Amino acid sequence: MKLLYFSWIRDRIGMGEETVQPPDDVATVGQLVAWLARQSGGHAEAFADPAIVCCAVNQEFAKMEEAVGANDEVAFFPPVTGG
Amino acid sequence: MIKVQEQDFDVGAELAALTRGRTDVGAVASFIGLVRDVAGPGALSAMTLEHYPGMTERQLAQLEAQALDRWPLDRVLIIHRFGRLQPGQQIVLCAATSAHREAAFEACAFLMDWLKTKAPFWKLEEVGDEAHWVAARQDDEDAAARWQTDRSETRENES
Repeated sequence: MKLLYFSWIRDRIGMGEETVQPPDDVATVGQLVAWLARQSGGHAEAFADPAIVCCAVNQEFAKMEEAVGANDEVAFFPPVTGG
Repeated sequence: MIKVQEQDFDVGAELAALTRGRTDVGAVASFIGLVRDVAGPGALSAMTLEHYPGMTERQLAQLEAQALDRWPLDRVLIIHRFGRLQPGQQIVLCAATSAHREAAFEACAFLMDWLKTKAPFWKLEEVGDEAHWVAARQDDEDAAARWQTDRSETRENES
């Protein structure tokens, strides 16, 4: 699974992207967030408050209940500030 | 038309291109967003716009399609820059063309409101030696939300 991080999420984790193989019981965005938060101190800091983290699965906005799989591109970022 | 680019854009040339050779377009509405020195004169040294390549183009194309579907428009143009910008520089251009002004004005406001909440951009402000990420604003969310309830038909009146 390809993960992308933007803005202060990337700053806290310390990298812009990584490829991960979460265990089989990680089937949704919410479960992925919970699993990622245990991977390092930076990850824990980035996902400390999941309520302020947005997600996109395959470049479409996704909610925490959305399913994720091995071939998905999953991005995490703060609320957007375009324009 | 969607353009996501690092380089600046020429507003006059971009708007002229939208209606070149056309005699049936009565209205061109546009909005230009600039880097504003929020911290007072000379305080903001730069603002860096980061985005999610791929998703940005996808979201902007969906936005364009929604505007074309919702109003009787001829064309829609969204240009959004990324990279490090100085105060006063151009960030974004939205334009909509139509036979009449009302559709063009409304579509332009819709595009900007939705861009603020749907386009994956993030702003890093540099003030003095400090850099901080700009937080999303609730009033931007509120502005975008009005387009979900206001479904009034655009009147076909004079330009």
